[in-house]
Amino acid sequence: MRTSRRTATALGAFAVAAAVAMTGCSGPAENGGQAGPASEEEIEEALNTPTELTFWTWVPDIENEVALFEEKYPEIDVTVENVGQGLPHYQKLRSALEAGEGAPDVAQIEYQYIPSFVLTESLLDLSPYGAGDLSGDYVEWAWKQVAPDEAVWGIPQDVGPMGHLYREDIFSQAGITEPPGTWEEYATAARAVKDATGSYISNLGATQAGQLIGFFWQAGAKPFAYDGQETVSINVNSDEAKEVAAYWTDLIQQDLISTDVDFNDQWYQGLANGKYAGWLTAAWGPVFLQGTAEGTSGLWRAAPLPQWEEGQQVSGNWGGSSDAVLASSENPIAAYELTKFINHDEESALKLATEQFLFPPQNSVLEDPAFLEQESEFYGGQQVNALFAEISETVDTDFQWLPFMEYVYSSYEDTMAPVIAGKGDIAAALDEWQDQLVSYAEDQGFTVE
Amino acid sequence: MTSSTALTAERPATSPPKRQASTAKRRQNVAAYLFVLPFFVVFVAMLIVPLAYSGYLSLFESRLVGGETFAGLANYVRALTDPLFLGSIGRAALFFVIQVPIMLVLALLFALALDSARARGSKAIRLLIFMPYAVPAVVATLMWGYLYGPDFGPIAQLARGVGLGTPEFLTRDSILYAMMNIVTWEFVGYNMIIMYAALRSIPSELYEAAEIDGAGQFRVAWSVKIPAIRPAILLTVIFSIIGTFQLFAEPSLLNAIAGEAITNSILPNYYAYNVAFLNRELNYAAALAFLLGIVIAVTSYIVQLGTERRERRERAAS
Repeated sequence: MRTSRRTATALGAFAVAAAVAMTGCSGPAENGGQAGPASEEEIEEALNTPTELTFWTWVPDIENEVALFEEKYPEIDVTVENVGQGLPHYQKLRSALEAGEGAPDVAQIEYQYIPSFVLTESLLDLSPYGAGDLSGDYVEWAWKQVAPDEAVWGIPQDVGPMGHLYREDIFSQAGITEPPGTWEEYATAARAVKDATGSYISNLGATQAGQLIGFFWQAGAKPFAYDGQETVSINVNSDEAKEVAAYWTDLIQQDLISTDVDFNDQWYQGLANGKYAGWLTAAWGPVFLQGTAEGTSGLWRAAPLPQWEEGQQVSGNWGGSSDAVLASSENPIAAYELTKFINHDEESALKLATEQFLFPPQNSVLEDPAFLEQESEFYGGQQVNALFAEISETVDTDFQWLPFMEYVYSSYEDTMAPVIAGKGDIAAALDEWQDQLVSYAEDQGFTVE
Repeated sequence: MTSSTALTAERPATSPPKRQASTAKRRQNVAAYLFVLPFFVVFVAMLIVPLAYSGYLSLFESRLVGGETFAGLANYVRALTDPLFLGSIGRAALFFVIQVPIMLVLALLFALALDSARARGSKAIRLLIFMPYAVPAVVATLMWGYLYGPDFGPIAQLARGVGLGTPEFLTRDSILYAMMNIVTWEFVGYNMIIMYAALRSIPSELYEAAEIDGAGQFRVAWSVKIPAIRPAILLTVIFSIIGTFQLFAEPSLLNAIAGEAITNSILPNYYAYNVAFLNRELNYAAALAFLLGIVIAVTSYIVQLGTERRERRERAAS
């Protein structure tokens, strides 16, 4: 290890040099020579010409859906590559785009990262290829994530409308028979659970920006906006956001909510052994939890998120991905057809939902009894999919992101995480986060509104 | 060869043999250069060129909107006034001042103990102490991350068991010390081996002489062994300076375990990485990497100079 550390300056310098070298020799990628809308014949021709496509994604076993596509269009050969999940994936993608070679034709991109690729003109607008016609086939808010304006930057693959998973046994031990309907009731329940069982009603991961942003989304806060050009607006310390922050500050300071960093062993064990009596999570959470807390099968139940106002039904979103065609693709028509097939073909979409357990944005799957009526033993036979399908309809449609979410999250870790972990005033930390984001955006040449 | 040329030089009359000798010498020189050529090619291609190129890049500024512009030394000015960067250098210096002496003293004690041949099973012990160095830093950090864990970590469980409460290893205030411990554990063995090897090469006459003078084991260690291996110790100090300022794997991996404790600018190398890949400011990162290199070079030079000066003074005094 010592050797590797010693050569690290050299390697570090080299890596920086190599990565920057890539910037030097690339302009915005060309549009693959495709200007007007693709006609029927052109599509027909493209799909019957021997073509090789590369598809970067980290969805496990997506080869099964790709196989369906290849079966239908035998001339097209798709290579699936997993170059990492999340950040490493985007780093490699950006490097390849900047180098001007080596980028795939199709790539998985989470919704919040779409604007950063729009900014660099790396994504192909799919509307000339007919993607606009698909808008009615997806839940509205998911479609808005890929198509905030007229352009369509990707096809929704999966989403994460937020709900509430909880341990029924722990709740009933604390005398709670109904899942809390409002945040006020949730706070009362948190006290009851802590006093009766010693468990935290849930955990707010100190570094987990996605979860808190999901709560902002539910509360109607609009922390980010981007016009697709050079103007952003940043409002992470709006009144709505501060109200949410104050709520969590209060619970954390009363020691009713833990703030452990999530998605590590410590946290997995907490879910499995009852340290946390619940998890406010997204639609991908139920299946994830089954794998993490096998020993507690049958004890969990699912419910909608608690609401800010009684009788209301709104939720936010946490996670989910789209598949996008890169502007540098030499086979844009075939690449678009692949993207569309994977996430639109009924068989493929249903497979994604029932075999890979991606929570679907497609209306066809959301209405399919084969999906909705799946009963889960882990949740005491509850139809969890049906519940989240209902929740999905209550997600606010106008939520946007900034074109530099990597920085947004890393800045969150520096400004928000220590305050959350240190039981400080989260609302005050929002101001600091806001300041950092605004100053970064201005340094990067954006107009901040 | 040298003596013959020296002799002939005094006698200009016999110039032919001199020319012959110098052709032979030239041929030898050519051969020597050919032998080192492969090294130089790789050295230039993999080190000098990237270094020069990243130096060149550090003179530019790239923004997400507006692209790349020539900025002169603006990145360096920014770095020298960047509280995050200066803070990270400060923490690395603190790390160096506390961790390196502990690690090197431990390594020296182990090396001396093994060398004294008094310890039983010294081969097995030597291997055991060296073993952590063979564990990749990634694995070591993950392992310590588990050991430090507040809920299920064995240290915390033991501490709770004896009623001491849960020790907090992974908070913002303590994480630097937690890392010092990991790094010490990893590199004591490595430094020990360097010192031990140096100890083995001390001529035994010195020990005999010391014995005749009536010196005991401790006196021998203090007055013979340690002064004799001073160059080796200096080497470990310089390696440690470089290693400290370049720590990367430890903070990067602990970030997943204790994200709120690891700030993006906790240590300079980690900060440069985050600037490049999270903030997407590659040019600024190149400038940071350069400054970091300069800090390392200057620190190493000061240490070396200080030691040399002291040696010279001691020699003059004796």
